[in-house]
Amino acid sequence: MIAIPLSHILILASILFVIGFVGVITRKNTLFILMSLEVMLNAVGVAFIGAGSAWQQADGQVMFILILTLAAAEVALGLALLIQMQRRFKSLDIDLLSKLKG
Amino acid sequence: MISTFIELNPLQLTFYFAALLAIVASVKVVTGKNTVHALLYLVVSLLAVAVCFYLMGAPFAAGLEIIVYAGAILVLFVFAIMMFGLGQDETLHAPSVNDRIYGTKVNKFNLWLGPFLLALLLLTELVYAINSGEIQAKLTSNTIDAKQVGILLYGPYLLAVEIASFLLLAGLIGGYHFAKPEGVGLERKKDIGEHG
Repeated sequence: MIAIPLSHILILASILFVIGFVGVITRKNTLFILMSLEVMLNAVGVAFIGAGSAWQQADGQVMFILILTLAAAEVALGLALLIQMQRRFKSLDIDLLSKLKG
Repeated sequence: MISTFIELNPLQLTFYFAALLAIVASVKVVTGKNTVHALLYLVVSLLAVAVCFYLMGAPFAAGLEIIVYAGAILVLFVFAIMMFGLGQDETLHAPSVNDRIYGTKVNKFNLWLGPFLLALLLLTELVYAINSGEIQAKLTSNTIDAKQVGILLYGPYLLAVEIASFLLLAGLIGGYHFAKPEGVGLERKKDIGEHG
């Protein structure tokens, strides 16, 4: 039915997800962590769209739209927190946030 | 190995090429030294994924990916980078910055050369995909259009749409609260402090 096999789409999604995950756990700059999170959310979207087109159902795209709104809200909050962090610590290094522990 | 690639039809070939571009651009995002470089590569990565969506038979999702991700969310990132100052990864464990790149004026177009080349490859691929009759014939047979998505979105998934709107509202209020300058709302805080 579908021209591209589902397994290849899922492989693409997992490669993108792992790239994003490695970025989240290795980078110290909070801005890069947010960008890697975007890559990860995007990979999940690829998996949903691929599954939706494999079964010829529109549910996958509905889930993708919900992920899109989640990503928008997450980026807005994350960047606002980043602005606060830059204001207080004059840096974006995430290690500085360990000073927050009581 | 090469013979198996020749046996693939054009639709599959273009899909794998776009997927390769997405992976390369994502790796460049994660390993980037410069925030602006990484942001440009992130745009290319999202556009490549949008091409993948189009070739998977989801043109509506591809359009949303470009409008919302590459358009709206990336603009937020650009604003944030403009506030933080350009091009410095000031953290301790960042990959070492090559000074030679930033020294001379001639090399300044290194900033956009890589993303530009990747985007150019993507554009040629998309033009090829739209032009090729074989790919279009395959795509139209299994496309899920916006109408089906809309019917589903405002039927069985209506509650999820409402909850998503609440999420966006929470993001809006939270973003305003966290990003407002220190002075705003100080009077109120004092008031609360005295009474508490």
